[in-house]
Amino acid sequence: MSFSTTSLLDHAPTTTDRTLPPRTRRRRLPDLRRWISPVALILLWQVSSATGVLPPDKLSSPWTVLQSGVEVARTGELGAAFTVSLGRVAVGFLVGATIAIALGIAAGLSKWGEVLIDPPVQMLRTLPFLGLIPLFILWFGIGEEPKIALVALGVAFPLYLNVHSGIRNSDDQLIEATTALGYTRAERLWHAILPGAIPQTLVGLRLSLGTAWLALIVGETVNADAGLGYLITNAREFLRTDVVVVGLVVYAVLGLVTDFLVRLLERRALRWRAR
Amino acid sequence: MAGTVEIHGLTKRFGERTVLENLDLAIEPGEFVALLGRSGSGKSTLLRVLAGLDSEIDGDVAVRGTVSVAFQQPRLLPWRKVWRNVVLGLGKQSDDRQLALRALEEVRLADHADDWPRTLSGGEAQRLSLARALVREPGLLLLDEPFGALDALTRIAMHRLVEDLWQRHRPGVLLVTHDVDEALLLADRVLVLDEGRIVSEHALGHPRPRRLADHMDVRTKVLADLGVTEDALA
Repeated sequence: MSFSTTSLLDHAPTTTDRTLPPRTRRRRLPDLRRWISPVALILLWQVSSATGVLPPDKLSSPWTVLQSGVEVARTGELGAAFTVSLGRVAVGFLVGATIAIALGIAAGLSKWGEVLIDPPVQMLRTLPFLGLIPLFILWFGIGEEPKIALVALGVAFPLYLNVHSGIRNSDDQLIEATTALGYTRAERLWHAILPGAIPQTLVGLRLSLGTAWLALIVGETVNADAGLGYLITNAREFLRTDVVVVGLVVYAVLGLVTDFLVRLLERRALRWRAR
Repeated sequence: MAGTVEIHGLTKRFGERTVLENLDLAIEPGEFVALLGRSGSGKSTLLRVLAGLDSEIDGDVAVRGTVSVAFQQPRLLPWRKVWRNVVLGLGKQSDDRQLALRALEEVRLADHADDWPRTLSGGEAQRLSLARALVREPGLLLLDEPFGALDALTRIAMHRLVEDLWQRHRPGVLLVTHDVDEALLLADRVLVLDEGRIVSEHALGHPRPRRLADHMDVRTKVLADLGVTEDALA
């Protein structure tokens, strides 16, 4: 008796078939030892402040910072500043991301787009964009526009570069396979090219969000009449190092939160990459 | 009867180099043809022309019915679940899951319908690629060394599967390969391509499934056509 197709298929491929165990999420407990030094540093800071080694006009104690944080949050000062700053980043990000994605796609897809768009962008990219503040103030005044423009600029470059290279590096073999299946240019773009560019685009998104906060901080510190930067600058005038530190901590938390959100988005959008 | 493939005087040049020269080829409906040749003999170019991936040619090429290709690499869209990769073969926005499951059943992959392509083994991915090609009910199925990257045991299973699927769907098949034994096991007719011309043709009449031992005489001839003589083997 000869093998039937079925029995061969059932047995032969086991040499290559990776029999994956049901995926178990290995979540190790965080290593508590990693907390020793951070906690020790904060304790040292507290002790230095309490003993007067660290005067409050240089740096307030962690305990005072915590109290001031609660205080500015309670008066609504922090909430108002937070809302203004978040709004600036959101608007700046939307403007910058829209431009970056549009240019990145145009340069990635068409030869002429590449020739016309890429060289000027690559040249401008080498400019330290934070150094443009004086020009921005001359152009836009000292209102919201220069801050939003600065954020948009900070967002646009890393996002453009990654969208562009994500599309440029799309898999020719896949595109050819969809061509053989009779897909039109638009269908190939939608099913084979753009999905392939998503991983790289998300890398660009994370980079650009990091830059967005940086741009905001710089923009707000130079001149502002509202927002977190204003809160910090104002506190400096009154030597309130505690409030300055509160503002810095809020910036840090905001950066971490946006990074976390992008990671969440990545996990959702790139499920197919997981093994 | 009208052939599935009718090629007359096909010539393909890349700059100065002539890859296919005044080539004639006919494939009958339901006929399984294997095309053998050394690297650079032009066999992949011929397949690309038939797949519609290369249209800058001289000569007449007529193909009746839908054309499907299974490439050496499975070329799946990694961001689409297995069953959606099958309906990809139907083009556009087909959502016919039942059809996909039937096609997957034929290649023994129904259990993997909702998996991501990256979790498949090499053999499984290649079976999925076959399902995607066959779901189109092609008049002509082009196989571009589809077993080349598989291990020996998986390849044996794939030979049986392809023969089985071919007998069920009866497309005309052009199998491009450099594996002589594979061609002898599967094809009705074996063509040898060299420097852009078909230099020999061998019909194989034996019933299926075939045994290689019945075809040692043809094997020797084909190998000689490919430039491998008994002396070289000894």
